[in-house]
Amino acid sequence: MTPQTELDAQVSQALAYRLTAMGDDELLLGHRNSEWTGHGPVLEEDIALSNLAQDEIGHAVMWYGVRGELDGSDADDLAFRRDPAQFLSSTFVELPRGDWAFTMLRQFLFDCYEAESLPRLARSAHRPLADAAAKAQREELFHLRHTGLWVKRLGLGTDESHHRSVAALTAMWEAFGRLLAPLPGDEQLVGAGVLPDWSTLPAAVFARVRAALAAADLDPGEDPVVPPLAQRNTVSEARTELLGTMQAVARADPEAVTW
Amino acid sequence: MIAHGRRNDPGTWSVGGTERLRDAAWRALTTVKDPEIPVIDVVELGIVRGIEVGSGPDGPYVEVTITPTFSACPALHEIERNVTVAIAALGVEPRVRTTLSPPWSTDDMTDEARTKLRQFGIAPPGRHDGLLEIALDAPVRCPRCDHPDTRVRNAFGSTLCREIRTCSACEETFERFKPL
Repeated sequence: MTPQTELDAQVSQALAYRLTAMGDDELLLGHRNSEWTGHGPVLEEDIALSNLAQDEIGHAVMWYGVRGELDGSDADDLAFRRDPAQFLSSTFVELPRGDWAFTMLRQFLFDCYEAESLPRLARSAHRPLADAAAKAQREELFHLRHTGLWVKRLGLGTDESHHRSVAALTAMWEAFGRLLAPLPGDEQLVGAGVLPDWSTLPAAVFARVRAALAAADLDPGEDPVVPPLAQRNTVSEARTELLGTMQAVARADPEAVTW
Repeated sequence: MIAHGRRNDPGTWSVGGTERLRDAAWRALTTVKDPEIPVIDVVELGIVRGIEVGSGPDGPYVEVTITPTFSACPALHEIERNVTVAIAALGVEPRVRTTLSPPWSTDDMTDEARTKLRQFGIAPPGRHDGLLEIALDAPVRCPRCDHPDTRVRNAFGSTLCREIRTCSACEETFERFKPL
């Protein structure tokens, strides 16, 4: 086992909550993107997006794993045997995949968020979290290179691709702000050094996003509102629909260990 | 093979045998191949972070610490199973644990592994010493005709660790192990 930082019970609980939310975000985004597998516009992009989806699901497993070290929970149980009301995913990742512009821009915005959050998490006082973040951070480079290029292609491509990109950004902008809202318990985690520099996160993410969008002739308008506290336990229709599909096989045979 | 002779006699390892057991364990691990690249073993791939030899309630044990290449690599589970089998064949208790720290890099791969990759038809990753983006965009030679003029066809490939390229000279399409 990786040397474990001693956490008091409250901090440990707050961290389990945050890890669950982060894992749920990665898992659901990975699932949404995997919906393109076999349906991509061309084979190369089908493969590329499937790779990105696999990475995000792998990162979900890492966050669930760090939680498991705290409370003994199991990643498969968390993914496949929780009800929608127990998930802590953000609306941003739950929204249906939409068209190609929506899918690519959402993944790009999420990549920008991770490009700022992962280096911060890699400095966490909680070693298992820092290790997992450092691991994910390296892999995210491949994501940003890919989705960043797509933002340019879409924004500077044709009138239609530009128009669809603007529509996609408009549709997800508010939800993007809510993705960055602090979670209940974050304050304690910041106090314990588990979440370093967390209050500077949204501004850094928006600056990164804005620069890339400007280079693609896309202007999202004002920064989205980041609420003072995230509300992650509202069950959206999209979450229920997504989990219904994702969990169907596991729930059909509760005894199964692998399938 | 050493392993077979000692299978039923773990005690053989106990007195002054720690170093020999450790050596035998390293050798045993060279028989465990990467399921996705069967010409490379886990030691030259650089994912074995350490071997600890000790004595447990059931006799001597060997604990192997491995680290995943890409965190979502599905081959890790098979590698864990195969490491367990290879160590058990030494007649000792196998223990496998995984670590994420330090994160695996293609710089951990041996030169021999790179040569084998090329012979297998996969362009090996260049060493990057942390300058990942520079290594990613560096020229890549065709593993078949060695021509330096090759281009990316897809930054993603059949597994998380590979991209697809085409050689401008021989026009072969090949995979490249991406620097990480």
